[in-house]
Amino acid sequence: MPCADDQERIAADARRVLEICNACQFCDGYCAVFAALKSRRLVSAADLTFLSNLCHNCRSCYHACQYAPPHEFDLNLPKSLSLVRQQTYRDHVWPPAARGRLPGAGWSFVAAVTLAAMALVALPAVLSLPAELLFGRHDGPGAFYRLVPWGAIAGVAGAVMLWSLLAIGFSVASFWRGMGPAPAGAALWPALCVAFRDAATLRNLGGGGAGCNDRDERFSQARRRFHHALFYGVALCFAATGVATVYDHGLGWQAPYPLLSLPVLLGGLGGVGMVVGTTGLALLKRRADPGPVARSLSGADGALLGLLFLVAASGLGLLALRGTAAMGAMLLVHLGLVLGWFATLPYSKFLHAPFRFAALLRAAMERQGRGVTRLPPAPVPSRRPVSRPAPGSGSG
Amino acid sequence: MAMTGDPCDCDVLVVGGGNAALCAAIAARRAGAAVLLLEAAPKALRGGNARHSRNMRVMHDAPTPWVRGRYPADDYLADLRRVAGDTDHAVARLFVDASADIVDWLAGNGVRFQSCADEVLPYSRKTAFFLGGGKALVNALYATAERLGVAIRYDSDVRALHLRDGPPAVTVGEPGVTVRARALVVASGGFQADAGWLRREWGEAADRFSIRGTPHATGVPLKALLAEGAEPVGAADRCHMVAVDGRAPRVDGGIVTRLDGIAHGIVVDRDGRRFADEGAVVGPSRYTAWGEMVARCPGAVAFSVFDAAIKTRFRPSIFPAIRADGIGELAAALGISPPALEATVAGFNAAITGGGGTAGGDPPKTRLAEPILVPPFGAYPVRAGVTSTCLGVRVDGRARVLRRDGTALDGVHAAGVVMAPNILGCGYLAGSAMTVGAVFGRIAGREAAAYALR
Repeated sequence: MPCADDQERIAADARRVLEICNACQFCDGYCAVFAALKSRRLVSAADLTFLSNLCHNCRSCYHACQYAPPHEFDLNLPKSLSLVRQQTYRDHVWPPAARGRLPGAGWSFVAAVTLAAMALVALPAVLSLPAELLFGRHDGPGAFYRLVPWGAIAGVAGAVMLWSLLAIGFSVASFWRGMGPAPAGAALWPALCVAFRDAATLRNLGGGGAGCNDRDERFSQARRRFHHALFYGVALCFAATGVATVYDHGLGWQAPYPLLSLPVLLGGLGGVGMVVGTTGLALLKRRADPGPVARSLSGADGALLGLLFLVAASGLGLLALRGTAAMGAMLLVHLGLVLGWFATLPYSKFLHAPFRFAALLRAAMERQGRGVTRLPPAPVPSRRPVSRPAPGSGSG
Repeated sequence: MAMTGDPCDCDVLVVGGGNAALCAAIAARRAGAAVLLLEAAPKALRGGNARHSRNMRVMHDAPTPWVRGRYPADDYLADLRRVAGDTDHAVARLFVDASADIVDWLAGNGVRFQSCADEVLPYSRKTAFFLGGGKALVNALYATAERLGVAIRYDSDVRALHLRDGPPAVTVGEPGVTVRARALVVASGGFQADAGWLRREWGEAADRFSIRGTPHATGVPLKALLAEGAEPVGAADRCHMVAVDGRAPRVDGGIVTRLDGIAHGIVVDRDGRRFADEGAVVGPSRYTAWGEMVARCPGAVAFSVFDAAIKTRFRPSIFPAIRADGIGELAAALGISPPALEATVAGFNAAITGGGGTAGGDPPKTRLAEPILVPPFGAYPVRAGVTSTCLGVRVDGRARVLRRDGTALDGVHAAGVVMAPNILGCGYLAGSAMTVGAVFGRIAGREAAAYALR
């Protein structure tokens, strides 16, 4: 748990690094951070909140940096911003009683909550159901609900999800205010479209077309693709759940559904995407050049990837084993993992997703406010405006 | 590089590890030669001054994905003549023509350029920008050289050249190992990092200079070529310099130590006296305009002085301003006589007219003259930051190193800053040094390979 001194040191280091970056700006083709930085003369605490979450941690700027260690300036922007970013999750977490403590930088909190959720799901079933039901074969409509009643699944998961969505909403609102006042004169809708496109394509992991440095100084699109597999895998799984809900309540068709039904196809494809995405991202992390990585945060990264992997793998396992005696156990494990994931959403690295989106939206609004001009407004309007060439625009 | 009765360790030996050296190595390797490249720096700091570069100036007759508008050869040559004066016209013409496809050649060797449609870039019809800057270019060229099979040795500073008996050879490192090649490309930059040599040319002022680029540009191969009879071009006592913050690192400070605010306030020497029109140059050349002026100040140091109102009008230095509530206290903090600075500021303020200039004043300030009135007052120490020296060896259009009588040194080629004065004289044109390196690196590599494999 970082103390106040650590926070001060982390913020001061990030500010020092960003001010040197702003004087250089050679990396301005890589991502949105540099354009946003360019429009600032000095870096405030609100700017740190904004820029650290706008950073996608692609590390291209580290490998391109003329001042990276062993240079005496010792610049490591991805690492510096990672540490600030982790701090912003803690500063804006909801409820406020958790501020400064959650999300932890390690994996233990996520693991503990997930285990508790698994116990919450499994214990009532184990204690109340006879063994022949629990370890029996089940098929036909309603097979799952003979083990765990639909009302219990929907009620508990719904309540936890509702809490988590509320908590994330409050966190994002606090974070939005933490980025400072929104730029005047920017229309929200076009900016939202740009932010959606940036998030959906992970444009900022594209490194200006070359891809990013997921492992070392060589560019690659691997990280972007694995993240797409994970993100769209999760989306497909939610789509599967949505379709299944319509089937059940709208059409009266109860789960489990046949292999070639829409919920199973969507969920199966989504599950495979999640397994591929989480595995790929974890392998990239393992093999990454340690230089630009904030090692203290890898526990939290690993916890989210691990949990998502287990959620997907247990779902696929349930699909594979649903005709066997293992179905009951698989179902309880899968539901427990899903519940654990829902419960930890506002208190894990998952927060990077809504915060990143909010930062992308803010960046899009700023770009609109700036129009096509790149230069900041003259800071002292009382004096005659002077044309000021953009920094770092030449080699001299 | 086993010695199999062959007196040579490789076909082409490249001395240097920056942009020019890499282009030479890649071109020679692509021409079929076995190439060895000797980089003096360790791997983490490889790439010479190219590490700190940003863009390159290229001729083009129509817009390209990387450069807007058009920059015809005649415009480029006119710009060169303006800064370089009387240089070798034939070589300059060849250089400008060859610059036209150098971006494509570099892109074909892995270098990525920034799209000129990228809204973050300043408008430029003359230069193409490296995506991620010079270190990204260096990384890409090393990766390509390795992939092609160029042998690369880091931490390999060349101590001596041997050009008299048989094929060219160099002695590397301590204790020395001698490497012999059929042809040699010298692409080792200037001598700005040799403090002793710089002091012989500039006197004690040189000790105050900051070397903006690699500490490995000690000029040993340059000196050896001159000793072997190569004709010198340019001048030993001239450097390309910019004004940098006096607290910049002694070496390798790169672009971020440049001082931006000079034109907005006043600049005084260590005696507290103004010595130049701060408003004379406000465009991109404002950095270079002040480099040599400060180098020639007493003690090779000056101070950029401003007040709380003026300081909001320029990008701050990466180092904090030295601040004080009164001009006298500021002078004391800077080591200047307080009455002298007070008199200078009072005289300057009194001379300001309504039109943004001064009436009289010695020297006058012709633009951006604002009174220095609002405390706290601030100052940056200013020193000369040396990009590179302007002494080189004569080459022909095939990058062969020439003697005074016009004959070529057998199998010896040069590329980059070590021959840039053939094109640039003692002048400087933003982005052109990288073009010289790439264009002549490519020529030198091809020619060296052709010589080695003849």
